Amino acid sequence: MRFFLPLLLLFLPLFSIAQNGGPMYSNGRIYVVVIVIAIIFIGLALYLFLLDRKITKLENEK
Amino acid sequence: MKGSIYKVLGVLLVLYSMIYGLLMDIPEDTFLEETIRNLFYHVSMWFAMVAMMGGSFWNAIRFLSTENLTLDRRSFCLAEMGMLFSFMGLLTGMMWAKFTWSTWWTNDPKLNGTAVTMLFYLAYFVLRNSIEDTRKKARISAVFNIFAFVMMIVFVGILPRMTDSLHPGNGGNPGFNIYDSDHRLKIVFYPAVIGWILVGTWIASLRYRLKTLQE
Repeated sequence: MRFFLPLLLLFLPLFSIAQNGGPMYSNGRIYVVVIVIAIIFIGLALYLFLLDRKITKLENEK
Repeated sequence: MKGSIYKVLGVLLVLYSMIYGLLMDIPEDTFLEETIRNLFYHVSMWFAMVAMMGGSFWNAIRFLSTENLTLDRRSFCLAEMGMLFSFMGLLTGMMWAKFTWSTWWTNDPKLNGTAVTMLFYLAYFVLRNSIEDTRKKARISAVFNIFAFVMMIVFVGILPRMTDSLHPGNGGNPGFNIYDSDHRLKIVFYPAVIGWILVGTWIASLRYRLKTLQE
């Protein structure tokens, strides 16, 4: 949950621009693709940060 | 916290290249059309690979002069990350080639040179795993690593430039800058390269720390 919450927070600003006819519908809707790619990469980066923290914890235990 | 600045920076730079690289206006009237954007993604994989292998090479040299096994571990993890980048570069390159040169693979010197380089590095991993004794393993693989790095420079950096190649900037082919008179591509390409190098270093460091914990 700690992992998915930051990802969900990404959607908050999107709700405000998602109405019909808004900017998300211009330019062949390329922004939708851009946001999808961004979400995937941010998700991967967050996962890496969590992994980093877990390894740090293990190192401290030793 | 201070040590993770480069991680955040790397993530932000890659994210910037993904978002702005898709949204920016590209130079028009090139035969590459929209696929010129692959410059930010495909080419930066290779730059990151060379950087990872360079780091691996540097740690191999330092290992040989100090006999410090942590340097050997570093060298190995960086080579592993470089290998991942080269596979990503190869697969994306094949994709791009299919829709630009209309074939998945050509006998372009750069492609074959890369394939040879990857075989050298695969041999490095096989060699490493075939030796039991830790010190012996580290020493022999460090020597092989130096050899593989030099071969990479020859096969990827020098030979394709001496013959005809389909790749830009090789064998009399113009480089990417002819498509880009106002350097628009560079403001995404260079950050992408730096970003991927930082992210690659980060992942390699995670692998290194895990390997250290295991031993």
